[in-house]
Amino acid sequence: MNHTAANTITEDLVRPILRTTWKFYLGVAVLGSVVFAAVSTWFYQIYWGLGVTGDNWPVFWGFHETNFVFWIGISHAGTLISAILRIVNATWRRPVTRCAEAITAFALMIGALFPLIHLGRPWLAWWLIPYPSERGLWPNYRSPLVWDFFAINTYLTASLLFLLLPMLPDFAIVRDRAAGFRRKIYGLLSLGWQGTPKQWHRLETAMHIMALAIIPVAVSVHTIVSFDFSMAVVPMWASTIFGPYFVAGAIFSGIAALLIAMALIRKVLHLEEYLQPIHFQNLGKLLLTMSLLWGYFTFNERLTVWYHNEPSEMPVFFSTQSGPYAPLFWTMVFCNFILPFPLLAIRKLRTITGTVIASCGVVVGMWLERFLIVVPSLAHKQLPYSWGTYTPQWPEIVIMTGSFAAMGLLYVLFCKFVPIISIWELKVGQHPPLKAAEAVQAAEAAGELV
Amino acid sequence: MKAVYALYSHPDAAQRAVDELRAAGINDRAITIMSSEPLEEYEFGQRDRKTWMTWIAALGGAIGMTTGYLLTRLTQSAWPIDTGGMPIVSNWTNLIIIFELTMLGSVFATVITLLITARIPGRQSPLHDPEISDGQILIGVLQPSDPDVVERALRIGAGEKLKTIS
Repeated sequence: MNHTAANTITEDLVRPILRTTWKFYLGVAVLGSVVFAAVSTWFYQIYWGLGVTGDNWPVFWGFHETNFVFWIGISHAGTLISAILRIVNATWRRPVTRCAEAITAFALMIGALFPLIHLGRPWLAWWLIPYPSERGLWPNYRSPLVWDFFAINTYLTASLLFLLLPMLPDFAIVRDRAAGFRRKIYGLLSLGWQGTPKQWHRLETAMHIMALAIIPVAVSVHTIVSFDFSMAVVPMWASTIFGPYFVAGAIFSGIAALLIAMALIRKVLHLEEYLQPIHFQNLGKLLLTMSLLWGYFTFNERLTVWYHNEPSEMPVFFSTQSGPYAPLFWTMVFCNFILPFPLLAIRKLRTITGTVIASCGVVVGMWLERFLIVVPSLAHKQLPYSWGTYTPQWPEIVIMTGSFAAMGLLYVLFCKFVPIISIWELKVGQHPPLKAAEAVQAAEAAGELV
Repeated sequence: MKAVYALYSHPDAAQRAVDELRAAGINDRAITIMSSEPLEEYEFGQRDRKTWMTWIAALGGAIGMTTGYLLTRLTQSAWPIDTGGMPIVSNWTNLIIIFELTMLGSVFATVITLLITARIPGRQSPLHDPEISDGQILIGVLQPSDPDVVERALRIGAGEKLKTIS
């Protein structure tokens, strides 16, 4: 690529880091206030106990569990999509990957907090960590919650490394453009990156191996989250379809979140030249595929339950189809299928605005889906004497709102301190592909490659 | 003289400089190349491709798998917990922990190999020039035995910026 184009890319992507506008401070202040309110509410809940929430017999999992599943699902936006696109060498991925990987890291952190928030005594959460102790307790490896601990931590560790490693060359670029204290900080963050051919090869090989490892881990994470439900003998939970259903739903909501984040970044940071309509078009096609897949799984799950006509399952089924949860169920169907289908299937409607509207619908729909999996089943267990209802209380609503604000806040801070589009990967995308193939062939002929 | 280097705007020029240095008898190992992006389209960008990283990642996976197996099996035997009629050592459920630790082992092995072989974190090379981040490609030689020969080889056209560090 020519030198001027490379310079323009660097200039455009480093600019948001080196120049701070009032919008940044306003965003941090507003989002930070909501997060502060949510954290204060959590302390209030710890002080007064879980009785201040709507969790009560027989529904002990409400908004907190819904948010846990929802955020873990959103985390599938990034690393999984980025890893798949990297392996299939989709060239259009380059401006998208870091936006996506950041969503994964932050959504996992927020999602992993909810089991802690849902604990009456969160300071004992470290009992999950396996080590020989005097108290004679040991984590039970047959508990799906312990599987969650291992799966989420593996995915979080791998995703953070997958996000951080390709940042090193970009930190080096920012280091060379910055001055004073910033230069020192980015100098430390770049870990002495030099950009020698050896470093580039090692980085690319490492990213490729990690992409291969992360795909099955990502699939396993949401399958294991689904096991929290499907391993329990609760009506409409003990389902063999839950693993793939959860994974499909997670990727679905993840792509939607990614599209919304991309549209916001594009507008606020003026990155129209890099996040182009083609990226929204391609991700829109993926979202459409996932919408169809979600519809297929939902139909499968509902049809088999209805056909079996099991006395214990039918009350749950009807409570969602025509009972008290029906408005939520049909809103979910509208948001996840009826709204996105025309917007994404008709080429003329698959614009940036169209994909963002569809994505907003999907995020709402998928949150409702998580709620409808968790609550109606617990409210209608096998024996009618144990039936009950669930109404969320203000602490749960504030904490949930705070989790969305936390996502926004972390993303705003990330965009402020890290180039949100990978500079070096974008530059590589401008290289002529034919020449690369020729160079590899030449090196092979010279015996330099194994 | 400590080092001689030149900055090139275009990779074609950088490739010619590398060729000239070789023609002047400079060993490949003595030639330093730095860029702000991988340049695999060029022969000089293909240096040092050989790596054992894939095999080391597989070994890391094997270590992770063994750790997962031992962690679950040994601890379940040492602290037996009866759960829902399942066997004390429950292999079906243990597979989940084993799988996660296998993948974690593989990821850690990959990252450690990257850090060691790419020498990260490391000190900034004396040849570093901030202009690399502006898209320039640095070709240089540290402690050249004959600086004049290196300078002649690096001065291949009108576009380069020749610099020396003494």
